[in-house]
Amino acid sequence: MIAVSFFEVQEISKRFGGLMAVNGVSFQVEPGKIFGLIGPNGSGKTTIFNLINQYYTLTAGDILFKGKSIKGLKTHEICHLGIGRTFQVVKPLKRMSVLENVMASAFCRVNTFGEARKLAIETLDFCNLLSEKDKAAKSLPIASRKRLEITRAMATKPELLLLDETAAGLNPGELDEAIDLIKRIRDRGVTIIIVEHIMKVIMSISDRIHAINYGQTIAEGKPEEVANNREVIEAYLGEAYAEGGTH
Amino acid sequence: MKRNRVIIAFIALALVLFPLVVKSDYYQHLVILALMWVVIGGSWNLLAGYTGQVSFGHAVFFGTGAYAAGILANKLGISAWWGMAFGGITAALVGLFIGWVCFRLRGPYFALATIAAGEIFRLIATTWESLTEGMVGIMILQTFRSKLPYYYLALFLAAASMFVFDQVMKSKWGFYFISIREDQDAAESLGINTTLYKNVSLLISSFFTGMAGAFYMNYMAFIDPHVVFSLHYISIMAILVGIIGGVATIWGPALGAFIMIGVQETFRSSVFGLAPRWVSQSHALVFGLLVMFVILYMANGVVGDWPKIKRLFLRRP
Repeated sequence: MIAVSFFEVQEISKRFGGLMAVNGVSFQVEPGKIFGLIGPNGSGKTTIFNLINQYYTLTAGDILFKGKSIKGLKTHEICHLGIGRTFQVVKPLKRMSVLENVMASAFCRVNTFGEARKLAIETLDFCNLLSEKDKAAKSLPIASRKRLEITRAMATKPELLLLDETAAGLNPGELDEAIDLIKRIRDRGVTIIIVEHIMKVIMSISDRIHAINYGQTIAEGKPEEVANNREVIEAYLGEAYAEGGTH
Repeated sequence: MKRNRVIIAFIALALVLFPLVVKSDYYQHLVILALMWVVIGGSWNLLAGYTGQVSFGHAVFFGTGAYAAGILANKLGISAWWGMAFGGITAALVGLFIGWVCFRLRGPYFALATIAAGEIFRLIATTWESLTEGMVGIMILQTFRSKLPYYYLALFLAAASMFVFDQVMKSKWGFYFISIREDQDAAESLGINTTLYKNVSLLISSFFTGMAGAFYMNYMAFIDPHVVFSLHYISIMAILVGIIGGVATIWGPALGAFIMIGVQETFRSSVFGLAPRWVSQSHALVFGLLVMFVILYMANGVVGDWPKIKRLFLRRP
């Protein structure tokens, strides 16, 4: 008997007109782990997220969550199944307070105002954002906005969380807080797929890393393996570094 | 909080006592119309103000409600009062259809589609003479000579609609409506079925607007397509009531209804007969100027910008 994997994408592709944004990418994610997705700008990372939560429809391939295909579901159904996501370009509900933002997503799991408020406050507390709860979402600085994205996604009680560049634009202090939060989310038993450009973040927290370029897989493995991979170095730094490197 | 309750109780009492104190049919008539517009403005606000789906076609629901009641009385001889419920339900069904068609579009495209829907319904009502009597219109016998029953019915409708809108906005639905307005994609990724909840908002909105239309049929006892399906007098008026009073507030459209009926009547009657007759022709112009003024200086309407207005007049240092 073959064990059912927690989360698996099988040969997924997405075509935009003449461009194959994602071309035959496959990977498996083990439960409770942090899975890093890296690649240069425009390599298709966010597109993969948009395919996972069915914002885009797959051109080919399949996506399995706990052994079941989620292909063709609606984005909101994906969230109810237990896959939460954050956006690279943050999308706060601007004219609502921070608390209301999180309550709106808490209603994914509860039905009454009181329960939603309770779940929202717990989640805000967990994400260290409780002190900002009465501020308007539009008044938050970028670090808090990124944190609000995570809080909102966490309030939907996901089993799998997709984090899209949650560390971009943060200063070193904020970066450490973000890393700490991501680790605490994992310690809660939430599986994480993270897209990130900042190597300090992705290398220090990922259990496994999958590297793509031009929509295709170029490497997968433990962080140090991927960091030393010739094709990865080429994609990030250019051919000269790959050849002149010490590996 | 307590002060607000006192104010609400005072307004409610004043409205209940009004027709007993002011015996003039004319003023009672104006307040009845204003109360009817509280319902329509609030309905429009639920869909446009809270859910962010700006409708330029609320005449569809108003007219459908009015015609549902009128046709019931005219063709089947059933009291148009039954049409109150029937009108609301028919308008809600039409709402579902409009939603099915128009919610594929977002933002300005949705707004344009609702204008088209309004015109389509007006033309259907004009052309389908065997059902609607076309331009001749539908006339029924008024049930009451006194305005009092109509007044209290309108008051009840206005209060009931405001209560429902308030309760809805405090619930899960309310949070979902506002989330959809703020960012539809984010809302969807937070597990909100945006298509479903836009339709829920539209359903409630069209139901109450249809009730208001059926009330209008009963009260005025005469309708024709150019009145109840009018882009200008119904659809645009609903928007004006909403934005002048204050979009996305419970009290905004209620206040806006009284302001707009006041302004409309002042100009329609050439400032109560004091001004030259051409003034009565200019009320559309005045509406336009009023909207420009509100958008430029009080973008959140009278209720939304109340703190600003208070500062202006009190000039507290």
